[in-house]
Amino acid sequence: MTQALLEAESAPAQRMDLLRFATAGSVDDGKSTLIGRLLYDTKSIFADQLDAVEAVSAARGDEYTNLALLTDGLRAEREQGITIDVAYRYFATPRRKFIIADTPGHIQYTRNMVTGASTADLALILVDARKGLVEQSRRHAFLTSLLRVPHLVLCVNKMDLVDWDKSVYDKIADEFTSFAAKLEITDLTIIPVSALNGDNIASRSENSPWYEGSSLLHHLEHVHIASDRNLVDVRFPVQYVIRPQSTTVTDYRGYAGQVASGVLKPGDEVMVLPSGLTSTIAGIDTADGPVAEAFPPMSVTVKLSDEIDISRGDLICRPNNAPAVAQDIEAMICWMDESAPLRVGAKYTIKHTTRTARTVIRGLQYRLDVNTLHRDDSAGDLKLNEIGRVKLRTTVPLLADEYRRNRTTGGFILIDEGTNRTVGAGMIIEAQ
Amino acid sequence: MSQPKPYRVSHLDALEAESIFVMREVMAEFERPVLLFSGGKDSIVMLRLAEKAFAPARIPFAVMHVDTGHNFPEVLDYRDSRVATLGLNLVVASVQEAIDAGLVRELPDGTRNRIQTPVLLAAVEKYRFDALFGGARRDEEKARAKERMFSFRDEFGQWDPKNQRPELWALYNGKHHPGESIRVFPLSNWTELDVWHYIAREKIPLPSIYYAHDREVVERDGMFYAVNEFIRLRDGETSQVRRVRYRTVGDASQTAAVLSDADTVETVIAEVAATRITERGATRGDDKVSEAAMEDRKREGYF
Repeated sequence: MTQALLEAESAPAQRMDLLRFATAGSVDDGKSTLIGRLLYDTKSIFADQLDAVEAVSAARGDEYTNLALLTDGLRAEREQGITIDVAYRYFATPRRKFIIADTPGHIQYTRNMVTGASTADLALILVDARKGLVEQSRRHAFLTSLLRVPHLVLCVNKMDLVDWDKSVYDKIADEFTSFAAKLEITDLTIIPVSALNGDNIASRSENSPWYEGSSLLHHLEHVHIASDRNLVDVRFPVQYVIRPQSTTVTDYRGYAGQVASGVLKPGDEVMVLPSGLTSTIAGIDTADGPVAEAFPPMSVTVKLSDEIDISRGDLICRPNNAPAVAQDIEAMICWMDESAPLRVGAKYTIKHTTRTARTVIRGLQYRLDVNTLHRDDSAGDLKLNEIGRVKLRTTVPLLADEYRRNRTTGGFILIDEGTNRTVGAGMIIEAQ
Repeated sequence: MSQPKPYRVSHLDALEAESIFVMREVMAEFERPVLLFSGGKDSIVMLRLAEKAFAPARIPFAVMHVDTGHNFPEVLDYRDSRVATLGLNLVVASVQEAIDAGLVRELPDGTRNRIQTPVLLAAVEKYRFDALFGGARRDEEKARAKERMFSFRDEFGQWDPKNQRPELWALYNGKHHPGESIRVFPLSNWTELDVWHYIAREKIPLPSIYYAHDREVVERDGMFYAVNEFIRLRDGETSQVRRVRYRTVGDASQTAAVLSDADTVETVIAEVAATRITERGATRGDDKVSEAAMEDRKREGYF
């Protein structure tokens, strides 16, 4: 526990920002140890939690305190010694609050990692220095790029077990860098660590004088995420129309939503989709009063100067910068349902921004092998945890961008119309 | 004071924006939402977020209090004054009435946390609520760490942790058949400290028992319980007057106070930041029953 961290807790909360990251890997890579170390070094594990974990570890005959038990909260997980589901953990330092989506490596790895990565600013992948890159490392890197997580950190763990040999680290770093180059990964940081001993986790280690980068925690605190937001393309999906039925507030009509991208200001000329009608922003309200501008991820209420018919599922943008109004969509889809595969001709409910429609699968162009990146164009369906390129047609137009340009207006989910389960996650490649 | 950086968003702003988004989604997609309001700090923050989400309109749904009959009077007063100020429709689901009507049976130890569940579920059925806002946070308890923002419940109100819907981006799936419902947790990503920072920033008044005061307490299993009509001294126990505050507010027969001098929101924040014990670990007798006590209660339909 450093002095800086102690001061952090009482520092004005207004100065902190928020970083969400997803961790991928298996217990064997030391992922749970690494998360445990981050939480421990930032004073985020409480004494009663540690007592409980120690008691359970002792009762099970574990040789060391099993920090995985901190996150494996469900009875079935404890009984079987496996992680079933994405677990969320929280810690903070003076600069940032962190949300970890801890995704299990073994079971349902693709579904869980896609879920965790969908909201992540950063992905953290671990490899064991003794084993080097394995199939799983490449798979995680691929999913990171597929979900467009802006920052990737590779921790080369267990460096103590290879005597902090720089050449071991260099070999893994070189190999991973060249693999990542094929994946459109924009920001890659590689850090040699020992999660067990805390080397290069909360502070720089003396064991790696040849390593000139920062510790993991320092990197997480300082990685620049403000520019990851798209502040160029104005996209405001309308969630809900606020029309007070009251005698004190009359004639109020505001469009509530969360800014997906771009900056909105009063006076801006805007276009409403799908109607294509144009108007001007008359004002932007919050419960704390009007604001001069709205940008992601603010939740606000927009008023327009003209009375036009707008409802949930519509989208406010600029006349010269609009998303596609499209019923024919091509997308990468990750299938998440074990009970039935995605099939050509099947119909689903599609939820895209605040718009819900029905869709039919028109075609499956190929199934992608997430380990080799090989495209199998003879595939007839997508089973659980499989990813493929799919053509869909929707009953009403979606107001859609390419996912690579906009994670909010480019992502969708598919819902089974019988079971109501979320069965697929889609990332739009083309919309017309 | 330096100028704020352009387009800066603090973590509290981001959390607030996310919670407001979730509440608006529910209002847009459900027919009969209700907000579970206990008068505890998390539900108080949730109520403030609901005010913000729909301003300048009123909060467009009812609030429900599952009343165990074991209440702190300060909290009931607070509940009633908030409800009156905001012009809300309050539904009280009374455990005492359910006991009197023979719908549930009082447990041998007199605690009522567990028997709240059937009372809650009966009210959901009676009023046909299809979405229930709860103030639970993922940092509270390990079973809650895997809870969804939109958490599906079957027609028996049950939670199946192994069969949860994947939750991607901000695309929440609230689809359900008649009789089924969704529990919605807008504070999922908040921590205890975030809640207190927000209370400070928004200057939200709280029931007085959250701040340090002198109270007659009895020490039991290392926890300090108020001596009152629900908790009486057992043989061999002695009471003492200590300076305490409540870190959580639950059933008055099972919620313990913590020793504290923190009598302002600032000093509470300093105390919460420095504490080494989780809030439920420090204050809830009911979570000490077993390793999976919370998971078991949640499966039955608990909050």
